[in-house]
Amino acid sequence: MENNISLTLKVWRQSDSKAKGGFETYKLETVSTDSSFLEMMDILNEQLVGEGKEPVAFDHDCREGICGMCSLYINGRPHGPDDDVTTCQLHMRKFKNNETITIEPWRSAGFPVIKDLIVDRTAFDQIIAAGGYTSVSTGGVPDANALPIPKDDADEAMDAASCIGCGACVATCKNGSAMLFVSAKVSHLALLPQGQVEAALRAKAMVGKMDELGFGACTNTGACEVECPKGVSIANIARLNREYLSAKLKD
Amino acid sequence: MKLDSRIPEGPLAEKWNNYKANQKLVNPANKRNLDIIVIGTGLAGASAAASFGEMGFKVKNFTIQDSPRRAHSIAAQGGINAAKNYPNDGDSVHRLFYDTVKGGDYRAREANVYRLASVSNDIIDQCVAQGVPFAREYGGMLDNRSFGGAQVSRTFYAKGQTGQQLLIGAYQALMRQVNAGTVEMHTRTEVVDYVIVDGKARGVITRDLVTGEFSRHFGHAVVMATGGYGNTFFLSTNAMGSNGSAAIKAYEKGAAFANPCYAQIHPTCIPVHGEFQSKLTLMSESLRNDGRIWVPKKKEDAEAIRAGKKKATDLSEDERDYYLERRYPAFGNLVPRDVASRAAKERCDAGFGVGTTGLAVYLDFKTSIERLGEDTIRARYGNLFQMYEKIVDDNPYAEPMMIYPAIHYTMGGIWVDYELQTTVPGLFSAGEANFSDHGANRLGASALMQGLADGYFVLPFTIQNYLADDIRTPRMTGDEKEFVEAEKAAKAKFEKLMSIKGSRSVDSLHKELGLVMWDFVGMARNKKGLEEAIEKIAAIKKEFWTNVKIPGSDKGMNVELEKASRLADFITTGDLMARDALNREESCGGHFREEYQTEEGEAKRQDDKFTYAACWEYKGEDKAPELHKEELKFEVVKVAQRNYK
Amino acid sequence: MSNLLSSSIGRKLLMSLSGLFLITFLVVHLSINLLLLIPDGGEAFNVAANFMALPLIKFGLQPVLALGFIVHIAYGAILTAKNNKARGNNKYASGNNTKEVMWASKNMAVLGVTILAFLAVHMVDYWIPLQITHAVGSVTIGGVEMHDTYSLVAANFQNPLKVVLYVIGSLGLAVHLTHGFWSAFQTLGASNTIWRKRWTVIGTVFAWVVSLGFCVIAIAMYACGSCC
Repeated sequence: MENNISLTLKVWRQSDSKAKGGFETYKLETVSTDSSFLEMMDILNEQLVGEGKEPVAFDHDCREGICGMCSLYINGRPHGPDDDVTTCQLHMRKFKNNETITIEPWRSAGFPVIKDLIVDRTAFDQIIAAGGYTSVSTGGVPDANALPIPKDDADEAMDAASCIGCGACVATCKNGSAMLFVSAKVSHLALLPQGQVEAALRAKAMVGKMDELGFGACTNTGACEVECPKGVSIANIARLNREYLSAKLKD
Repeated sequence: MKLDSRIPEGPLAEKWNNYKANQKLVNPANKRNLDIIVIGTGLAGASAAASFGEMGFKVKNFTIQDSPRRAHSIAAQGGINAAKNYPNDGDSVHRLFYDTVKGGDYRAREANVYRLASVSNDIIDQCVAQGVPFAREYGGMLDNRSFGGAQVSRTFYAKGQTGQQLLIGAYQALMRQVNAGTVEMHTRTEVVDYVIVDGKARGVITRDLVTGEFSRHFGHAVVMATGGYGNTFFLSTNAMGSNGSAAIKAYEKGAAFANPCYAQIHPTCIPVHGEFQSKLTLMSESLRNDGRIWVPKKKEDAEAIRAGKKKATDLSEDERDYYLERRYPAFGNLVPRDVASRAAKERCDAGFGVGTTGLAVYLDFKTSIERLGEDTIRARYGNLFQMYEKIVDDNPYAEPMMIYPAIHYTMGGIWVDYELQTTVPGLFSAGEANFSDHGANRLGASALMQGLADGYFVLPFTIQNYLADDIRTPRMTGDEKEFVEAEKAAKAKFEKLMSIKGSRSVDSLHKELGLVMWDFVGMARNKKGLEEAIEKIAAIKKEFWTNVKIPGSDKGMNVELEKASRLADFITTGDLMARDALNREESCGGHFREEYQTEEGEAKRQDDKFTYAACWEYKGEDKAPELHKEELKFEVVKVAQRNYK
Repeated sequence: MSNLLSSSIGRKLLMSLSGLFLITFLVVHLSINLLLLIPDGGEAFNVAANFMALPLIKFGLQPVLALGFIVHIAYGAILTAKNNKARGNNKYASGNNTKEVMWASKNMAVLGVTILAFLAVHMVDYWIPLQITHAVGSVTIGGVEMHDTYSLVAANFQNPLKVVLYVIGSLGLAVHLTHGFWSAFQTLGASNTIWRKRWTVIGTVFAWVVSLGFCVIAIAMYACGSCC
């Protein structure tokens, strides 16, 4: 089953956040199609280290598609040419022999480049800090079964909560909008009775922070949900709009 | 070094209440003047930092990732245990405690485990209040499932993403405190050393992973919750960034390292497929609820499958050996992890393995799909099946999955007393980083429970007992000589690494270490192999410190430099693991010495000699560590040979 | 409420409401235009057109309509500018290969400008002669003297270029609406997984019915003018 391919890689290199940056081209021989995309990047880096060059910096951690750390805009798509996967789950069997692969960092005003393919996504943390939680402190909470939650609501909340905060939605959005990310969190909590209490406050605070941080507005193209590795639906954006508008109108 | 476990007085079930009733507290006005440093933002770190912030302490929280939502706790798929007994199947705090001690092969401290079991229910309540979307039944009540090693259904889960949901719950609580100003968050920042003033932990030295700059941070107390050291093996189910450096630094500053040899091999991982492989992917243990594990009965069939001449589906029922069901009729496919892993290795070593390498066994859902229908199986495990298909390019609904054991979790870690305090006063350790609760083997769905128990429900009490004596200690500025010297030493280490300018890449050395670990300190160990491992690790250490190659500079971001500094500590860890494994002349839990097994190949403990936690004290560079023993006393649990037959 | 309109969702709300308002206008406009097809020499159409020129409508509703257009255009421009800024200065060298995204949704501004250009021609053709210069013939129906709007329209549609322009404008409108219609409801929050499908179907049908309605009228008038 093992199959090897050769590749030409066009990789964005940028020494730090202030540097201008540009593409470098590298050749890679014999990459197994069974390897993951990031393993291919490891092979490239091992090659670069061998040549005494600085390896390409890229974010990655769990390598099983759940931590949300890996990014990479590959051949015109965040997380590359496979559906419902993160870059670390993308495998080289999706590429052809002698193919040229263009690898870029997430691009958006909200995600400045730190180095090479690494971008700064702390804006997402700031948005969560603005209200993406229930205000309960440790201890002093009721029994877990005190409030029954309809299974459908729990399942829908889970679907929204499956967002991994990778930022692919922002990366692919023509408006650099973070609406899918924000709506996923607002929906997750608004669907549960525990989150209902602060639902209005939360929607206002998180949208306010998102706007303040320079993310764009949603024009409902739906590109975000296509590229979301966890399939978070833009139905959540409709819910966020609902929550936000009703909260604002009640003010 | 004196090991005082500080177990409270009273009967087992009353110890924690007695402790809480008699501990010292810090009043709210004083809390504002007390600083706590928390290293790590996984379940234990995030829950502790959030709780400290809520209580009113000033917290500084450090993580190497770009966000506190990324820690590897997020990857736990299966679930979290609690003794709620919602399904009314006879569960209780005592039973959860008992199962955990038994599952750990009687090598854990009774009092700690009992406390863990007794706070387990609070964790579920807390998480639900935070909005963790646990699976529910149609009546709106929480759903439970059973998990390896347990005869009751006590595992709460959120799809196949329980760890993620629990971590996000803790992360949200943490970000709420960041917003409130009680927690100061430092992302992409690595703690490279601890600062000890007058024998007490008083701060840390950090390196900014973006700028390469060093900083000094003061804290009245320091909590390290930095996870395990499974990546010593290079290939493991851990995240690429998971490392044992904060633990090794603590060890080098005087914290005892306990039971380093207890490493858990998880039975259901996707098998290794090539040299370039960077990590192993775990398939949740929950798959064993509905999947049946087998290999061919006849060697010829196994050989034909390896050669690609036959497929799994070509073999009839009679030609399959469901070896777990055969060997362990009572627990079948649900035996604890260590037992399942060894059984797979036994079959593969005997020549019955499948896959191209022969290092794989089948996990088959055919029976369950016939019984429950494909839709039910899809609803239960859809995301896992999809993950498998993406990696292996096989359809697990039609063909059985192939799995093989891989390093997953380390039960050993920094020794802590009942208060989770290490042998360095003021330095606490929580979660996987400490050694406390799982003994020699951890049961499925217990890691999440322990991480959150430590962070939400133990440390917030015990740290006060320590800090109550510190209310008159003023904040230090970081200019004290201990801080300056610690920073100088840390800088020197990084400069030294940069100055080697050898010819070997960090990864090539790490892979070499990993192979030695897997071959000699892996699933089956023996005296000769372990002695050889110690020599080989020493040679790797020498090679590393004379021939490692790190391009770039120590200014700005340098990923190779980060990896090199962590590898230096993995080498120390590897040596420690081998020494501990050599010392422990018995088989227990995740530690299997070939010399100590029953005739059927089951682990054989030597209770008269080894009913203790082996605690290693650092004696200096290139000196052998010194062993100290914490004797384990079992007052409630009846120590017996584990029997899953 | 205070800063609603300076928030991203608030601005989108204005786009949505003004868009829906313009959609209702389109329905009225099309209904009246359909009268052109009644073979009565333009009587019904002229009566309707005269009704629309009543002072109450001229001075009461026209400014509202104008406001609808202005809000839709102005906020469209503001949002486009802001969104371009949020996209950042560095463009992707490998472009965007995301599939399954409706072309219209990514080109609403371009389509909007196309419609705007058509609107300008439309104003010159009808609104200025009918309401400003009154450079139109008159006709008396039922004892009331009024503009012979029908003849103006019929004359215009004798020009094949105008017909083609009209058809292009209508098609642009259709494409704009295939996204705009459901998008308006999504922005209002009146959507979910099920309703999204419904709105998309309703929106698409609506867009093409309206657009083809206008096209059919233009072509019929042209054909009719040449044959009768």
